[in-house]
Amino acid sequence: MSSGPAIIQVSKLYKTYRVGEVDVHALRGVDLSVPRGEFLAVIGPSGSGKSTLFHILGGLAPPTAGEVLVDGVDLRKLTENERTELRQKKVGFIFQKYNLLATLTAADNIRIARSLAGNETEPPGFGETLELLGIHKRLHHKPRALSGGEQQRVAIARALVNQPAILLADEPTGNLDTVNSDAVLKILRDLNRQSGQTILMITHNPEAAAFADRTVTMRDGQIIGV
Amino acid sequence: MINKLVIENIKYRLVRTLLCALVVGVQVMLILTLIGLSRGMLEDNANRAKGTGADIFLKPGATISFSAGQIDAKFVQFVQKQPHVKLAVGGLIIPVPGELLTAINGVDIAQFTQLSGGFRLQKGQPPSEPNDLLVDEYYAQQHRVNVGQIYKLLNHDWRVTGIMDGGVLGRLVVPLKTLQELTGNATPSRISQIFVKLDNPAAIDAEVKHLNSVLEGNLTAISAPAFLSQFSISNIPQLRSFIYVVVALAVFVGFLVVFLSMYTAVVERTRELGILKALGAKPFTIIDMLVRESIVLAVVGCIIGIILSFGAKGLIMAIMPASLQVVTVPDWWPIAGAIALAGALLGAIYPGLKAARQDAIEALSYE
Ligand SMILES: Nc1ncnc2c1ncn2[C@@H]1O[C@H](COP(=O)(O)OP(=O)(O)OP(=O)(O)O)[C@@H](O)[C@H]1O
Ligand SMILES: [Mg+2]
Repeated sequence: MSSGPAIIQVSKLYKTYRVGEVDVHALRGVDLSVPRGEFLAVIGPSGSGKSTLFHILGGLAPPTAGEVLVDGVDLRKLTENERTELRQKKVGFIFQKYNLLATLTAADNIRIARSLAGNETEPPGFGETLELLGIHKRLHHKPRALSGGEQQRVAIARALVNQPAILLADEPTGNLDTVNSDAVLKILRDLNRQSGQTILMITHNPEAAAFADRTVTMRDGQIIGV
Repeated sequence: MINKLVIENIKYRLVRTLLCALVVGVQVMLILTLIGLSRGMLEDNANRAKGTGADIFLKPGATISFSAGQIDAKFVQFVQKQPHVKLAVGGLIIPVPGELLTAINGVDIAQFTQLSGGFRLQKGQPPSEPNDLLVDEYYAQQHRVNVGQIYKLLNHDWRVTGIMDGGVLGRLVVPLKTLQELTGNATPSRISQIFVKLDNPAAIDAEVKHLNSVLEGNLTAISAPAFLSQFSISNIPQLRSFIYVVVALAVFVGFLVVFLSMYTAVVERTRELGILKALGAKPFTIIDMLVRESIVLAVVGCIIGIILSFGAKGLIMAIMPASLQVVTVPDWWPIAGAIALAGALLGAIYPGLKAARQDAIEALSYE
């Protein structure tokens, strides 16, 4: 599945955080090209810059230097506001800690993401996605009434509701047991296979990485192995 | 959807929301009670002045303040001789020691009855003997006074002969002579004010002019409408300033409590706000959300405040109707609401900006 035009094009990407008087070089020249429709796993030791890369791809943080193109959008040129719009429309985030809003039901958690992007109705065919995720019967529950696996599947639904160009999953199975892990990974693979969803997934687990089409490794703020 | 989130957030922290609204409500109640009290006291005084039936009041000065025994009673005869004066009645006002705003009114009962058309008695008789005392319903209620009992005032034993409706002359009415003797105003006979009834009420203004010229500054005549209009908040600068101060305080306290509540909410919800930002919420959306929450606080607080103000009114009127009179002031409900809203919106500004500025990534890693 690594054919077609690149949906993500990163070259010589640098990200430096300033912490007090010290510069932390989180990314030191990342080069990465992801074809549309690929399921890519990103592995690497803690602190190697995996999350930082995702934050930049997802428009949560601006790059310090280098080129980043996501679905034709040049992220270097974006204002704060435009990055917000990128998050609304082009990117879906999945986090290790699910990050659902505790006060809202599962359905409303999904709905609010849609609403923030300016839509009050579900996209066509979304019911099937919910069925694929196996949460269509659990939607009226609040997160605390759901299992970890269910919460993560709601989070996946929320990430998909705006039909994003790319899905960024930062250790999506990090908090799940093997059974739930497997279920989530299979869902991601199915989404990728059935609807051509481009997915980037950070993981520490080689078995999880095996679900992806390709695996890259990060170390010291760079991608070293392909 | 934002509204739903606002409502769910409020429900999620219901107790705190209610407490915060309660504090706002107490503010609103204080304002409404202060205004109601000011207006109630003034209206009550105005009513009692009106209840005398006088067309013109004569006093040492032009204001509503009284001082005991400043007028020589000879002026009553002098005024009585003026053209168009049907009746001139002198009255002495002596403050009751130890009671803030209550005074004893001494008048010639027969003359005053002619002037006012009579006391409206609920029980008993008007005073006929020197030591007779007539009390109004509020005084009777607050001090548990009954007809027939002996009641001590100014170190003197009075016999309570009757209880009357409020709104005529004063709370306590006794024969003028006795009061003058008790207070050293008998020789020479001195009084506090003169009530004047005209044979032609249409000629009030002309008569006021005439009296003021013939009295040559010894006394000031003031028409009943002009006198009564002084009993309003807008005509008492000190009271007005006091009300402004209380309103400013209320805005400030409302601001503080909403500020505190919103600030804690923002800190507590750091992660939640980070999630919203990651999902593409704009800074304006975040501020909008917090502002809506503050508006809910202000509106609920205002409703609580209005309800509490009825409670405060009921309590004051049950316990001390003679000392304090409170009226309901619906025209101030929107004003009090605006004050609560102003405090709440001011209180939401800083937490809102803080929340809007917060970095999404940091917020997401907040525990
Ligand atoms: N907001 C920030 N401010 C300062 N330094 C940061 C910030 N975010 C990340 N870093 C630093 O950047 C480096 C890369 O961090 P990052 O979170 O991208 O690593 P990671 O590969 O995701 O690690 P992990 O596997 O533990 O999640 C680390 O040294 C980290 O301390
Ligand atoms: Mg990470």
